[in-house]
Amino acid sequence: MSAARLPPPAGPRVDRGRSLRFRFNGRTLTGFAGDTLASALLANDIRLVGRSFKLHRPRGIFSCGVEEPSGLVDVGEGARRTPNLRATLVELHEGLVAASVNCWPSVGFDLGAINDLARAVIPAGFYYKTFMWPDWHSFEPAIRKMAGLGRASGLTDPDRYEEISASTDVLVVGGGIAGLTAAIAAAEAGADVVLLTSGTHWGGVLGWRGNMEATALVARAAGLGVRLLTRTLAFGAFDHHLVCANETLAPVYEGTRSLTGVLRERLWKIHARKIISACGAFERPMLFPGNDRPGVMLANAAVEYAEAYGVACGRRVVIAANCDSAYATAAALRTAGIEVVALIDRRPASDIGQGLRQRAGADAASRDFRVIGEAAIAGVAGRSSVRSCTVIAVGGQARRETLECDLILSAGGHAPAVHLHSQAGGKLRWFEESAMFVPDGHAAGLASVGACAGVFERDAAVAHAAEVGRAVARGAMPPSAPVGGIGRSLASTYLANLRGKQFVDLQNDVATGDIHLAALENYRSVEHLKRYTTTGMGTDQGKTSNINALVLMGEITGRDPAQVGTTKFRPPFAPVSLGALVGRRVGPLYRPLKRLPAAAWHEARGALFEQFGNWHRPAAYPRAGETLESAAQREAAAVRKSAGLIDASPLGKIEIFGRDAAQFLDLMYVGTMSTLEPGQARYGVLLNENGIVVDDGIVARLGERRWWVNTTSAGAERTAAAFEEWLQCEYSRLEVLVTPVTSQWGNVTVAGPRAWAWLAALGFDAELAPQAMPHMRLRDSRFEDMALRVLRASFSGELGYEINLPADRVESLLQRLWERAPEFGGVLYGIEALEILRTEKGYVHIGTDTDGTTLPGDIGFARGLERKAANFVGRRSLLRPAARDPARLQLVGLAPFDGRTRLAVGAQIAPDPPPTLTQGHVTSSYWSPELNAPVALAMLARGAERLGERVRLHHLGTTIEATVVKTPFIDPTGARLHA
Amino acid sequence: MMHIPCPHCGPRDESEFVCGGTSHIERPPLDASDRTWGEYLFFRDNPKGLHAERWLHAFGCGQWFNLVRDTVTHEIGAVYAMTDPPPP
Repeated sequence: MSAARLPPPAGPRVDRGRSLRFRFNGRTLTGFAGDTLASALLANDIRLVGRSFKLHRPRGIFSCGVEEPSGLVDVGEGARRTPNLRATLVELHEGLVAASVNCWPSVGFDLGAINDLARAVIPAGFYYKTFMWPDWHSFEPAIRKMAGLGRASGLTDPDRYEEISASTDVLVVGGGIAGLTAAIAAAEAGADVVLLTSGTHWGGVLGWRGNMEATALVARAAGLGVRLLTRTLAFGAFDHHLVCANETLAPVYEGTRSLTGVLRERLWKIHARKIISACGAFERPMLFPGNDRPGVMLANAAVEYAEAYGVACGRRVVIAANCDSAYATAAALRTAGIEVVALIDRRPASDIGQGLRQRAGADAASRDFRVIGEAAIAGVAGRSSVRSCTVIAVGGQARRETLECDLILSAGGHAPAVHLHSQAGGKLRWFEESAMFVPDGHAAGLASVGACAGVFERDAAVAHAAEVGRAVARGAMPPSAPVGGIGRSLASTYLANLRGKQFVDLQNDVATGDIHLAALENYRSVEHLKRYTTTGMGTDQGKTSNINALVLMGEITGRDPAQVGTTKFRPPFAPVSLGALVGRRVGPLYRPLKRLPAAAWHEARGALFEQFGNWHRPAAYPRAGETLESAAQREAAAVRKSAGLIDASPLGKIEIFGRDAAQFLDLMYVGTMSTLEPGQARYGVLLNENGIVVDDGIVARLGERRWWVNTTSAGAERTAAAFEEWLQCEYSRLEVLVTPVTSQWGNVTVAGPRAWAWLAALGFDAELAPQAMPHMRLRDSRFEDMALRVLRASFSGELGYEINLPADRVESLLQRLWERAPEFGGVLYGIEALEILRTEKGYVHIGTDTDGTTLPGDIGFARGLERKAANFVGRRSLLRPAARDPARLQLVGLAPFDGRTRLAVGAQIAPDPPPTLTQGHVTSSYWSPELNAPVALAMLARGAERLGERVRLHHLGTTIEATVVKTPFIDPTGARLHA
Repeated sequence: MMHIPCPHCGPRDESEFVCGGTSHIERPPLDASDRTWGEYLFFRDNPKGLHAERWLHAFGCGQWFNLVRDTVTHEIGAVYAMTDPPPP
């Protein structure tokens, strides 16, 4: 057993029969089952645990819980390395590997500590003031390397995380006596209750002191059906009584090897009708020079380590006190066998509680331990551990004394954990007597009990918790809290004019001087103070620093703490791993892709799949030796020369049905649809109410009341949603049904001069022949046993048949067509070839050639607007002066002046190189196999009147000239299309 | 996260819904002035307190409905059909 372990009965939480081996900074150490990493390090006499964020000062374990500001470690190796965990919360397990954060090359010899020597020149706001020229970004990489804490692994986390929802009548947060009592009372009153504790054990202090009362309470709660969750930290209260909590699961072992790929954390989303917060209180540290040294820690933490873990954090203790509870701390440590050198009480004798005063008055050695009244610590000797401290009298600084000690405990008073109360919208009030903020009444739907309500007297807390539990279970108003029971504390624990830095925020290295500087520079709001000095902005969110900072700010600016107020308590209360928040939404499940019904068939034919919108589609079908680009050139050329086959199943398809369907479509589209006869189709552009082009596609009339609407592949869902919104919210009198059928209907498109020959050879109905069925006609037909809906339309500019059929028949039709392809020079073509073909024809691709400013007139679809009767969506916006500005960007074709250089998409059009005002930009650009020359589309200011003009294009430092040309680049008369 | 009482499906998590903003905005006729049309498009009240707004139960019944929400406390009051007038 290590020197720091106390003999039993101390340490009921650890199992001395089960030794665990672990590594810290490369050293192999042992601890016991039940230890935290912090208790095991302290048991091994390891004081120096890490280096601070900014000044790289040596730091040790400061607390025994979630408030830990400085004992941060990276835990795990390789892909399982987790940065910045609080050693006080890491449960020890066999083979655990941990490392200090923010030090190089080692925690003992840290080069960054030079920052500490230079600390006089790195005050608050140093970065804002210093690294301004030429700009912050030129300094950022070096500073980021120097500052900061742990390192993430940079690898994919092999473990799993999940999310779970629960609902309950009453949620109780906190597993101490108050929480257990409230949970039992609520359950006895008939409520369904969930009780959480962030720790591994129930009952708080009573629990580790082995008091049977805690055990009995847990058994009673379980017997009443209370759902009890340990290791589950409630990190935020959100709207409508939703509490989110993070459950850490124990590692899973196979022998001594911990398994990967196991569930590591679980995010709970708990909807509660009522919430009871029983989160306890934090101890407030004292301010004195050297108060950040390893060997200075919170007083109640030393008691917990001694009693619960059997670990002596030191053997000779000095306690710096500002509250009555420090006396109980001293007594408890003595009982555990730790020498209390002296208790230094900051307060005047009149503030010390009855019964303790006498002891304080006896300045010399008292019966139990020595008390030095109205005194404070003026300095700490030792760098990586404590050797002694200097004590001075408050006021008259003449009296000085040096006390030999190896541990200094800080007992500055208490700060109720009011975060859930505040997040739920509750107000706070300053309780002057004990210098703490307590809930000012209960928040809506959330009541506080126990120490977090400011109730410290045990019997009063238990009685109040029981009443609150019963009241919330019955839907009654919970009784107000009997605040108090903890004696008097001074608000300020700070003595000015002492040599040495007094740290307010240990994690972010904010000292009293920084607060002074902020006040001097006229920062008044506590929110500004926080951001300027970074107090409370670390991973600990200032749990041990916020109260001291705002008290000090008040003192400097002549305000009391109530006037200064607290910063807003925002979730999360404690760091939550991204894994827990993301849950199972990682990898392919992050954004699930849609697959084509015939995906496997395409794969077997060498398709190169790429992501288009949320679809996984063939970009091309490269043959041996071909690149994506050369394959697309071959495919596009074949479509122009003979015929091609493309799976266009993702094309959006919506059926519109109803008495008022024609009227509705006239309201939705720029074009007039109601004049179509059954079997006829028309291209239409969809706008939003601002007149912006948001989608396009072909609308066909199936019957008097029935329509077939094609949208873009990407726009299928949002177009159907927009139709529904207009129908339900604006045109609710219209009788129209909108049925999205994209996944029910597949689409096989055959295009090219030999398209019909190919279909006819297979036996397609002669009424589909080009002579019998003109362009933009739709017919229901059959092929063998397949029911077809055939639309003669084209996005390639060639004779085209878009064959819609049940999705599960797509593969059969593709296969039947493919078997006869060689006879007709038929190819499979992908999206890349389709883009080449449509660019040659000057057809816009919404979202590629257009953006969030494009009006229909800009891309040539304003014809006939004036004559249309319906007040269609976006129409009025097209009449605004900005919409009629002749200088708007308009769609044009561009041909490079040299006839061979492909223009870059995104190239800016302007007479002079940038920086300059742009006149437009290239939106689509391809090599045309048909013309054996580049073709491009662009949006150009006054484009329509600039045909033939030579313009200059600038892209990434290069300049090229191009001619503005009319589109389409091929078949301007549409002879191929109407073949 | 709010708990929103869908009139068709019952109370559900906010994540199932889409907020469509202020309700009861009248769409001006085609001959409205540029100013009137601009205000219809871009100008909204931003009240502290009660706000009538429309929500879509997108991952549910797919229906739009109105509700009154307190923008300070997020408390939800009246829930009513799209075609109903705002509560007094």
